[in-house]
Amino acid sequence: MASSFTEHRARAAGGRPWPRTARTLERAFLYVAAIAVAVAIMAPFLWLVISSVASGADLLARPLRWLPTHASFDRYVKIFTSMQPGESAFTFRHALVNSLKVAAGSVGISMAVGVFAAYAFARLRFVGRNALALLFLTTYMLPPIALVIPLYLIMGHLHLRDTVSGLVLIYCSFITPYVIWIMKGYFEAIPVELEEAAMVVGASRIGSLFRVILPLSAPGLVTTFIFSLLLAWDEFLYALIMTSSVNAKTIPVAIAEFSGAHMIDYGMMAAGGVLAALPPVLITLILQKQIISGLTAGAVKG
Amino acid sequence: MTSSAPGAPRRLRTGQTRTLLLASALILPSIMIIFGVIIYPLLRALYLSLFEYSLTKVSHPFIGLGNYAHILSTPAFWASIERTLYFTLVSTAAELVLGLLVALLLNQEFYGRGVLRALIIIPWALPTMVNGMMWRWIDNADYGALNALLTQLHLIPEYRPWLSTPMSAMNMVIIADVWKMTPLVTLLILASLQTIPRSLYESSSLDGAGRWRTFWSIVFPYLKPTILIVLVVRTMEAFKVFDIIFMMTRGGPANGTLTVAYYTYVEAFSNLQLGSGAALSYLIALFILGFAMIYVRLLQTGDN
Repeated sequence: MASSFTEHRARAAGGRPWPRTARTLERAFLYVAAIAVAVAIMAPFLWLVISSVASGADLLARPLRWLPTHASFDRYVKIFTSMQPGESAFTFRHALVNSLKVAAGSVGISMAVGVFAAYAFARLRFVGRNALALLFLTTYMLPPIALVIPLYLIMGHLHLRDTVSGLVLIYCSFITPYVIWIMKGYFEAIPVELEEAAMVVGASRIGSLFRVILPLSAPGLVTTFIFSLLLAWDEFLYALIMTSSVNAKTIPVAIAEFSGAHMIDYGMMAAGGVLAALPPVLITLILQKQIISGLTAGAVKG
Repeated sequence: MTSSAPGAPRRLRTGQTRTLLLASALILPSIMIIFGVIIYPLLRALYLSLFEYSLTKVSHPFIGLGNYAHILSTPAFWASIERTLYFTLVSTAAELVLGLLVALLLNQEFYGRGVLRALIIIPWALPTMVNGMMWRWIDNADYGALNALLTQLHLIPEYRPWLSTPMSAMNMVIIADVWKMTPLVTLLILASLQTIPRSLYESSSLDGAGRWRTFWSIVFPYLKPTILIVLVVRTMEAFKVFDIIFMMTRGGPANGTLTVAYYTYVEAFSNLQLGSGAALSYLIALFILGFAMIYVRLLQTGDN
């Protein structure tokens, strides 16, 4: 934005500057508000990071020392090296790996099948298209609690409880509809003429999909991919019900279990939390532009 | 339209058939997934909800709508609905008001605006369970940062067990949720603030309208569609709140944070009453689907 609300007013009023004190006061208020917002955002997260490196004694001190007397990355090292089954660090590492596997598997499958369905919904005119598209959207909005009970029984019959593949399958239930819904929007935004031109030159529909549409929607594909990964990484209820060991336990389950224990090592809990938060936070900060445009695309009509 | 060329209707039909075939081929894999992990389980849940299905018993007698009737006459269920509505109303309202204020702030020009806009996305990116764990640690009765901060500022005389009384626990959960979700609301509102043409502000201030009036007569009408969508989406999300409750309070103390999704979880997986749990989950799904329909309507009117 080139120019602010305040300036518009000043300029519109014939360039007559506002009384200096009022303007200074207003700027001051603006900065105070900005700093307050920044602190409110950062302080809780910073405290989590500090807790993960502070010594146990520092964390339990009263009055609390905000900056730890010793900082060490021991807990992180322990998470990556622990060989002791049953130790929280060991569980955290396995849970991180499981979370990665589940996210990669479910997002991979959902993208592979969902992109084509999205294309069909966006471009082909066929009987029942609207009804089917609506069905996919509604399924995306179903809360997990509505499905978890039957899925628990079904997964039991299939012997897929406490397995990564079982979770991958279940996660497709919310990631596939999501991919279809979002990619449909991206495909619809690409001018039909481009595709028609390709088909005039002799490309088939599928050919033009691969050579024209998919390359053009690369930003959309990336955004959808990232959002799907975040969805999978964040999921808790299904993982809680379906998993019971380091075979398939994901990081949200490990964190929940750990903080429910009687004697909690708060520092270790914070370290596990920081590690779990790192991938989504870093991805979001790096791909900020795409993330913000992806977030706002659905809800804002310009 | 009818074509005079002979054979054209037939070609048209084969064209339609080919489109249908292609569409089916493209959609079929997704349909199979949706059927396997959503439609079939939903039907199974519906069937299950008609039985007295307890994991601890061998026989599961058919009781028709008995589970539904029982749920709707249980005060504990209505109490959980009440708590869910409280959570939904307070958190959504707080997120909307704070989100609007921060969006208006970020729409002004000041040094560091870009940095602040980048930072604001962090809470949203934090996994829900990490967020819950972080706030549980901050709200800790004996070592929590909140207690430390408030006593060091002399705002409270001594440490308090924030998560140990029903009302206070519920409000702490709401604070954690608001901290995480306000950035999303902010970004959505900010995006639509930026679509307001400059000339509108200019003509408004030429008319001599004050800032308050400019906001209500110019800015707010522009934001209305976004605000509506935010309201519906957040209400849907808030109504199914489970993860953060599990993390921070496990429904306690004294059921003070036992929302309807958590109530369902307890019924199915602690009491092992799968039939009545399935009936509960159906009631929640119906409510959410009602809201989903409103949401789809809003999106469609936005399109036109």
